[in-house]
Amino acid sequence: MAETDPEVREVPFETPYPDYDVLGKWDSPSYNDATRRVVADRLHNVPERRFFDDETFALLRAVIDAILPQQDRTERDRIKVEAWIDEMLYTNKSDGTHYAGTPSRREVWTRGLAGIEHETQRRHGKGFRELSFQEQHALLKCLDEGEADPDAWHGIDAKSFFRGHLLKESVKIYYAHPYAWDEMGFGGPAAPRGYLRLGPDDRDPWEAREDRAPQKIRGLP
Amino acid sequence: MSTVVSDAQEHIRATGGRAPNVFRPGEWVPMKEYPENEPVDFAIVGTGCGGSVLAAQLAEAGYSVVAFDAGAFYRPLEDFASDEREQEKLYWLEDRISGGDNPITLGSNNSGRAVGGSTVHFQMVALRWRPEWFKSRSNFGYGHDWPVDWREMWHYYAKAEDAMKIAGPISYPWGPRRGRYPYREHELSASALVLARGAEAMGVKWCATPTATLSAPRGEAHPCVYRGFCKVGCATNAKQSMLVTFVPKALRKGAEIRDLAMVGKIETGPDGRATGVHYHRQGEWRFQKAKNVVVSGYSIETPRLLLNSACPQHPDGLANSSGQVGKNLMVHLNDAVWGIMEEEIRWYKGPPSLAVCEHWNYEDAGKDFHGGYSFMSQGPLPTDFATSLVSNEGVFGHELRKWMSHYNHMAGLKMVGETMPQEKNRVELSDETNEIGLPIPKVTFSYCDNDKKMAKHAQNFQGEMLRAAGAKSLYNTSSTAHLMGGCRMGDDPKSSVVNEAGRSWDIDNLFVCDGSLFPTAGGVNPSMTIVANSLRIADRIIAMGKRGELH
Repeated sequence: MAETDPEVREVPFETPYPDYDVLGKWDSPSYNDATRRVVADRLHNVPERRFFDDETFALLRAVIDAILPQQDRTERDRIKVEAWIDEMLYTNKSDGTHYAGTPSRREVWTRGLAGIEHETQRRHGKGFRELSFQEQHALLKCLDEGEADPDAWHGIDAKSFFRGHLLKESVKIYYAHPYAWDEMGFGGPAAPRGYLRLGPDDRDPWEAREDRAPQKIRGLP
Repeated sequence: MSTVVSDAQEHIRATGGRAPNVFRPGEWVPMKEYPENEPVDFAIVGTGCGGSVLAAQLAEAGYSVVAFDAGAFYRPLEDFASDEREQEKLYWLEDRISGGDNPITLGSNNSGRAVGGSTVHFQMVALRWRPEWFKSRSNFGYGHDWPVDWREMWHYYAKAEDAMKIAGPISYPWGPRRGRYPYREHELSASALVLARGAEAMGVKWCATPTATLSAPRGEAHPCVYRGFCKVGCATNAKQSMLVTFVPKALRKGAEIRDLAMVGKIETGPDGRATGVHYHRQGEWRFQKAKNVVVSGYSIETPRLLLNSACPQHPDGLANSSGQVGKNLMVHLNDAVWGIMEEEIRWYKGPPSLAVCEHWNYEDAGKDFHGGYSFMSQGPLPTDFATSLVSNEGVFGHELRKWMSHYNHMAGLKMVGETMPQEKNRVELSDETNEIGLPIPKVTFSYCDNDKKMAKHAQNFQGEMLRAAGAKSLYNTSSTAHLMGGCRMGDDPKSSVVNEAGRSWDIDNLFVCDGSLFPTAGGVNPSMTIVANSLRIADRIIAMGKRGELH
């Protein structure tokens, strides 16, 4: 697939569904009690930092902001992906798979973030947080393309860390948030009321209305 | 995952003569209970497609049965949220080591932990095997023959489909004629229509997928409301999982279910026969005496338990004189192609795989590999989709949020392709132990050349079809689904763990009944074959009992 034109890549995200509010359905039959409790917990009980130290947590946040930029949100509304990553590592809960020959998940994250900082120092002579957005993006792209200095990663693979941990956990958290459901036009909670209209270009009144076409991405005309 | 919704994971529910009524919030059904120190006729380990079916059928035949499950006993109407993260509670999230050249992702990918097993989160695709596959060695020269005739399996498929009220088409376009499905097929979603359009353009047949969710009322359960959260648990009980079918039947017929009960070891007596099971419940190890033990823990936990039950008479683990316990573990290839459609698809609605193409299961010409694959239309929920996007494409930055905002225009086709049985793909015990002292299993998996050729073939064919249906910006993802094998059944004690009735060759009161019995994987989702095979094994055991051949 074609690489994206940098100009297209740097245009900030805009939602095709500006009027959609998945939380607006709160009192409708789309939400059962179990779902209300889960979504309320996610909105109101953002986990406190307990695993990383202040500095590493700030680095993690900067990395998350490069992966999922949220300049369009106020600090209050920003989806705090790093908080749930910290919680995951603090509670040390498994996801059911420990790949043979790899360190524990806690170790992978600690070494991975140290690796990002090391790679930034090596290339720029300063820390990741001091880079411009474009420089941060380019640096992470290098990791994904396997161009990191392998000596700085202490037995973990930079690309595997980037895709298999950093990106994967970030999207698992981000796209589980109602604000993310809003921006992508996802129906969201749907029990007991599901949907009637299943056909193409058809939707129920309680689904998102597409106001404008989604923005260009690579490979699309 | 959390205690925000319920305490089912912290406190046992099936106790004191009652078990949860899965059809009503807060209500109970009566449950018979059996003392630990008097041997029950059958102790069954696991309540998925193998264990719950056997529990129901054996209890109905008058046997005393206790079925154990490591997972919680949920009432879907009050315990299940419309939320991917919360519903991770349905998965087996205990650490397992995964190695080999192509380590399998476990957990949410293929392993359930709840009363009802993985069917609580399965995608409900209810297909039968192509008849010739049951003798793949004799018919095609690969894998191993099943010790069962296909006509017998088809007889039990019909019974399984009726028990689960499968919603399917009036006529199925592949294979021998079959009877009508018990319930009418579901309306096709936009996502399914993409597959249909692609298949028409390519000149291959397609069909509405036989699906294990209700298209009409059944008892206290309503028809499917097309909510689309099937893969993380149905909150309206339309899905015909074991939790709402064979588990309630088992209770009604007098079986006892013990939830949050992890069986760690099968005890054997001086004669080498099984005498009962050690299980961990409410913080302590307990022992249930049994005349017969059935292991139904699926392809990792079943070998794990048999291996961990090694004793002086059975030094390599129980039922393992063949050395086959844990070997020949198989998965399904799950490669997919995704693309963007002009029209809105909104694939989050309805069961995710409402259309199927089995062309390459039934067409043998033009393949450079053994075996077959089916593929279906797709409807992943947001985090599921995003995870596969970033793992395979490495998308991040503004591009990631933009890409995800095409979600409602996306369509996909994903294969279920059989991998070859290989001895080196296996389950073993590692040196590490978990918090209750049980050895952590180690899973080793590598593709063979045949597997890779099949994946390549499917990628090409699926891509061509999706393009023919009008999709743009195509990209591929690779993954696996399901588990099969690890304790295969057969005709020869030297090369199989159990016989065609699931009875161990080495210990005559020890049985295995689950997906680990599969000698080959087949190119369709495994659940209906496991249920059908379990119904068959139940009848075989009941017949043995009548002939006085049971312990």
